[in-house]
Amino acid sequence: MPPDVSMATVPPLLEVTDLRVAFHTERGILQAVDGVSFRVEAEEIVGVVGESGSGKSVCLMAVLGLISGPYTHIEGSVRLMGRELVGLPNRELRKIRGRDMAVIFQDPMTAMTPVYTVGQQIVEQIRVHQPLSRKAAKARAIDLLDAVGIGAPAKAADRYPHELSGGMRQRAMIAMALSCNPRLLLADEPTTALDVTVQAQILDLILRLRSEFKSAVILITHDMGVIAEAADQVMVMYAGRVVERGSKNQLFANPLHPYTWGLLASIPPLDGERVHRLPSIGGLPPSLLDLPAGCAFSPRCRDVSARCQGERPVLDRHGDHARACFLPLESVAAQRRAGLAASLQPAEAFSE
Amino acid sequence: MLNTLVRRFAQMAFVMFGISVLVFLIFFATPGVDPAARLAGRNASPEVLAAVRASFGLDQPLPIQYLMMMKKMFITQDLTSFVNRGQMIVPELVQAAPVTISLVVGSALLWVGLSIPIGMLAAAFKDRFLDRVLMGLVIVGISPPVFWLGEITNLITQSRYHDTWLFSWVPPLGYIPFSEDPWGWFKCLVLPCANVAVLYIGIYARLLRSNIIEANQQDFIRTARAKGLSEWQILFRHSLRTSLITFATLFGLDFGFLVGGGVLLTEVVFGLPGIGKLTYESLRVLDLPTIMGTVLWGAFFVVASNAIIDSLYAFIDPRARHAS
Amino acid sequence: MADTAAGLTVSPVVARPALPARGPWATAMAILLQNRAAMSALFVLLCIIAACLAAPLYAHQIAHVDAFQSNVDGEIDIDGTTVAVLEPNTEGLGLGVTPIGPTGRFATYWLGADSQGRDVFARLLYGGRNSLMIAGIATVICLSMGVLVGITAGFFGGLIDTGLSRLLDILWAFPVFLLAISLSVVLIHGVQLGPLSFDSGSLVLPILIISCVYIPYVARPVRAQVLTLKHSDFVLAAIGIGVPSARILWRDILPNVMTTAVVFIPLMMVMNIGLESALSYLSVGVQAPDASWGTIIEDGQGLLYSRPWVALAPGIAIALTVLCLNILGDGVRDAFDPRSQVRPG
Repeated sequence: MPPDVSMATVPPLLEVTDLRVAFHTERGILQAVDGVSFRVEAEEIVGVVGESGSGKSVCLMAVLGLISGPYTHIEGSVRLMGRELVGLPNRELRKIRGRDMAVIFQDPMTAMTPVYTVGQQIVEQIRVHQPLSRKAAKARAIDLLDAVGIGAPAKAADRYPHELSGGMRQRAMIAMALSCNPRLLLADEPTTALDVTVQAQILDLILRLRSEFKSAVILITHDMGVIAEAADQVMVMYAGRVVERGSKNQLFANPLHPYTWGLLASIPPLDGERVHRLPSIGGLPPSLLDLPAGCAFSPRCRDVSARCQGERPVLDRHGDHARACFLPLESVAAQRRAGLAASLQPAEAFSE
Repeated sequence: MLNTLVRRFAQMAFVMFGISVLVFLIFFATPGVDPAARLAGRNASPEVLAAVRASFGLDQPLPIQYLMMMKKMFITQDLTSFVNRGQMIVPELVQAAPVTISLVVGSALLWVGLSIPIGMLAAAFKDRFLDRVLMGLVIVGISPPVFWLGEITNLITQSRYHDTWLFSWVPPLGYIPFSEDPWGWFKCLVLPCANVAVLYIGIYARLLRSNIIEANQQDFIRTARAKGLSEWQILFRHSLRTSLITFATLFGLDFGFLVGGGVLLTEVVFGLPGIGKLTYESLRVLDLPTIMGTVLWGAFFVVASNAIIDSLYAFIDPRARHAS
Repeated sequence: MADTAAGLTVSPVVARPALPARGPWATAMAILLQNRAAMSALFVLLCIIAACLAAPLYAHQIAHVDAFQSNVDGEIDIDGTTVAVLEPNTEGLGLGVTPIGPTGRFATYWLGADSQGRDVFARLLYGGRNSLMIAGIATVICLSMGVLVGITAGFFGGLIDTGLSRLLDILWAFPVFLLAISLSVVLIHGVQLGPLSFDSGSLVLPILIISCVYIPYVARPVRAQVLTLKHSDFVLAAIGIGVPSARILWRDILPNVMTTAVVFIPLMMVMNIGLESALSYLSVGVQAPDASWGTIIEDGQGLLYSRPWVALAPGIAIALTVLCLNILGDGVRDAFDPRSQVRPG
């Protein structure tokens, strides 16, 4: 499969080409990530959206090199600032992790070690990569906690994770991730475990990361609202494959893939006609052990054709907006409206 | 803070009271058994039996009997053994204590010192050769009865190979007080401590290994990797530290149990005159007052160590500090 | 699914063999049967049990000895020569007698004689029968009572729970070993409970004592588990729809508790064998003329330096049995662990 390279001349910060991650299980080979390609430019926020099982977290882990083991098989290319990460020995990867790339995990309560204070954990990360004294590192940790918006940062540094509120914990995790000024931040559903009001604050913080800390962010989420708020570029994943990719504006104005339509349609509208029943995408998420031969979404697609079931769609590029679908471009808009209207009526169940 | 301390103390007092009642009931009120004959020991003469009855008030109602026994034990401290010609029990206990404490402390140093590295190595090399070898050795080590192991040790070191350079330093069975001869004290304790330690090294190494493996499945280990820490750093600083919580808790409980006389069998086999041996000697001659004294001592230590561990738990596990 | 965050940095949990969905018991059985170490241990264990059960067969048909009768003047025939079972001492001061050592002949005092001239190997087999039987019955009693108490306290809560928990706390604080010794000492000359009377030699006493002292050991975790289950979502839901308590107990709580109990079985056997041998060694467990591995070790104490096999053999027997039980116990525990892994073939 030819790599999906754009015309830009400056090498991107992160370039993932045809990444595949397979797990060998007793029940067969589970292809968690199946030919994913994307790029992240400096100071860009790339949103990765999809439901559970779409492969978004596995993708993130594979970029970090945190997936390993005798039953795991990783292929493809992941280039960070031009340097190939796939196949790099752990010794080298360790230097990159935490320093050039850092992670913010979904649940800060379990993601931080319960027996050390927040300050101690930040200091630990700093001292792994930088030759600072403990005092200097602690001072820097307090500065970071302040920068992410934690009031009374000196006190907070001496608190244990369970002593902080959910929002403060996540801010502390972000502070920890930022401690070595990474060029790239990977955020795995950073707001999912938080209250709605706190979500907004954390999203603001993530936006600030781009402007103040000059970090690019890969933002994984299942929430289109988060994408609308924070992302520059968006990638939609389904069953381990990329189904649509483009800028946020392109995606929201003119979504090209039936799955994306479904995702957008299921956002409760705050204005306009009141909807009595929220549209949803019929059917169930696919089992990765048992995917159809053609398009993975075909069992749930209203506009499925025979070609979809037999042949797997390739990511087509139309300018910067790409999609993997056989629907003719001209009829996309019409089909989408029809589909939306249909799903607003009392539904007869889809074929599954 | 004070509230919890008071509550804990009250709980401890309650349990001690319960134990004393239980001990009393066992020795004085087991149905179908005559307490006087028990107390006076085997083959007691009728005069002794009568004296026992009077002294312990065995014709009185049970609660009075209980109070009289408690009084003799703690207040007047004149609980004497009828079998051992008026030997006072409380001083005997106090004299035997340092022996037991030396033995238990020595064993504890050995077993903690060895079980931590063994457990860690086994967990770090999980399912590989080193892990299998270590766990194999360990599971063999916890299988034989501790008293039998002691007998075999004696067989080898006192009899069969005593004259070789390997074991000629082993003193004859018995205890040499530290004040008398520090080096001798050390020598006489080496083998008994090793004997106790073998069992506990096995138990604690297995425990630590499984705790570390479980800790490794936690999310925070993944975060530590994402931070760029090496595997050994993660093992030492994160997995081990979290696993040591359970380790320390159980250690405290076992330590308390052993000091309370749990090392009975080892003391007997190696001839060390500690609390355990005292219990055993009084058993052989059915010297009930002494047995009562030693049992209460043992129970006290278990209860005390429980209470101490409970109090210290907040110290070792930060999560427990701010229980809302 | 593979996308979930936890557990991605270690090898993903490999799924179980692709077989139709089965209940937890069948799954556990399948895993256990695949565990070679556990199966070998089980096999050795069964051999030991078989050998001990065959004690009368050996004693009467093969060796023609009475394992319990004092045989101070006995003589045996080794390759045509008549040898006294208790030989006069020739070394040292030339006083007293020493039993003969291992003869190397399977049918004749294979491990030698003890201080009373009895066949050590025959006694070993009989002793094993007693040790295993005591430990086995005690395990059954202890687990049943422990589960019963644990469920009662955990499920019904309130005053019953408080009362039982306080009682368990006290029993638990009493060092197990000392409790067992105390009870044994008191009951040593037999007990008379109304119509029931147990003589001092009765094996019922050690069985009862051993099972009782370990009841808190089982009851506490069972109670904790029942409490967790009681507050779990599926039980709350059942209560919410109005399912009667008895059904909840039977269908939701009991099966979960039973798996815990099964995992406990090998562990309890190990502890019971250990306790019984220690008590017998201290002469407060099994009483003469009965034998158990513990009593034989005690018999062998006096002969330790001259005829070590009297003490060695039962100890090795205990160690081997406990080793097998430990290995089997690990296997059983792994079989019921929801996270246990099966390697792809």
